[in-house]
Amino acid sequence: MSPSPLRKWERFTFSERLARFAVFLGFAAALSISLRSVQIIPEFLYDAPTQVADLFSRMWPMDFAYYPAGIHDAMMETLHIATLGTLLAIVMAIPIGILGANNIVHFPLLNWLSKLILVSSRSVNSLVWALLFVAVFGPGPLAGTVCIGFRSIGFVGKLFAEALEEVDPGPIEALTASGAPWFSVFLKGYWPQAAPAFWGVFLFRWDINVRESAVIGLVGAGGIGMVLDTALNLFFWNRVSVILLSIFVVVILAELFVTAIRKRII
Amino acid sequence: MTADTAKNFGPAFKTNWYARAGWLAAFLYAAYAANYLDVSWIRFLRGLGNGAEFLAEMVPPNFSRWQLLVANLMETVEIAIIASAFGILFSLPVGLLAARNLMPLWITWPFRTFIALCRSFHPVIFAILFVKAVGFGPLAGILTLIFASIGFIGKLFTEAIEEISLKPLEALRASGAPFMSVIIYAVLPQVLNRFIGFSSYQLDANLRNSTMVGIVGAGGIGGTLFAAFQRFDYDFLAAILISIIALVMLSEFISTRIKKVFQ
Repeated sequence: MSPSPLRKWERFTFSERLARFAVFLGFAAALSISLRSVQIIPEFLYDAPTQVADLFSRMWPMDFAYYPAGIHDAMMETLHIATLGTLLAIVMAIPIGILGANNIVHFPLLNWLSKLILVSSRSVNSLVWALLFVAVFGPGPLAGTVCIGFRSIGFVGKLFAEALEEVDPGPIEALTASGAPWFSVFLKGYWPQAAPAFWGVFLFRWDINVRESAVIGLVGAGGIGMVLDTALNLFFWNRVSVILLSIFVVVILAELFVTAIRKRII
Repeated sequence: MTADTAKNFGPAFKTNWYARAGWLAAFLYAAYAANYLDVSWIRFLRGLGNGAEFLAEMVPPNFSRWQLLVANLMETVEIAIIASAFGILFSLPVGLLAARNLMPLWITWPFRTFIALCRSFHPVIFAILFVKAVGFGPLAGILTLIFASIGFIGKLFTEAIEEISLKPLEALRASGAPFMSVIIYAVLPQVLNRFIGFSSYQLDANLRNSTMVGIVGAGGIGGTLFAAFQRFDYDFLAAILISIIALVMLSEFISTRIKKVFQ
């Protein structure tokens, strides 16, 4: 008996289509409610082109003489905050990542605790972390470094835990069978397999942290953001434009650097 | 088996001197940078004392002004939803126009620069500029996050399009299909699923960022948060932080559900 030629082939089942439709409908409904209730003053929008033109006319000509005087040191500080903060994040994220990998630590409670730390680190924005640490340590690069470190734990730890969970169990079994102590098993069994992913994550996070450490100074956590904040408050727009340009250049250079290293080691 | 057939392969785990040198260099760098930034153990310990005081003032969280909190959270969610909708809408054509396998160089080049520009600046910097351009309020936040979304989705979408198979395109072109049909029937079916994935991720990211743009006056709960900080109103601050974390977790939960629908 051959199948009926009139049989209808469909890519999705009825319930799948219904679920997709529900998602789109829900988003459309949320969008229309938001558009109706958000408080936007239309006059401000009509005024925007004039304001933007005014902004650019104030930004030009750029005050390049300010770079050696006020920006360079702050930029170095920003890069140090980003790098030291990322190193701090690694130191904290390695143990938390190990706790979160359920093939290494077999206590669900500890796994869950590690997940909780990782999620709260990621869900609080870097500027909010910066505010918290400025309140704790006072304004300055110390607050910025700790902020970058705490903010990055979530990202580095989560990806490190995932890399550990994907490790091939063969070498681990061999090491355990030969009676290696736990630390050796980790160092020679897990680490070599997870290391490439780990360094990739480290570089990627450093790249992100360069961007983030450029702005946390706006709330007083050191680096170029503090210089930007001062220039903004004093309406030195021709300095603001130099600062923005130098942030742009540093961010692009950091990205090129990271891409070059990644190509080499991975 | 005799002794001379057993070769000496050396120790099972060779010492990796490069790795050790790398760790040493990292350690020395950390010491140097800590010195440069004036980060010292004493300051850290003194800070811990402050931190304990700070935490003590944060409990119990003060939810008595919950109406303000809810109104602010609503505004935050509204900013995120509107910005995501427009950001997704704009990044579809921008991504298509920046794909090097579909468009000539003189079209892709400006669009790629635009995407790079959107990506290089942190949303807060955009927020500052937009607050100057359109004044305080949620509109500045929406515009900020639209640009952030174009930067993120645009880049990944362009990369996804550059990886597609060109055979269906060739088949459609050979049969004389106009340009729009080639896009709709050959390009989009190959990348639409990934596009939806990036978009749902960006919706999540926008929600996180919309809690922050208020710090520079671009609407949402960030403004209230910053004000609570400056007034040392730490128990209200704790309430705000708890509600932000709850909101982000809720959105993560919803987006995992949505991802399951589209798998």
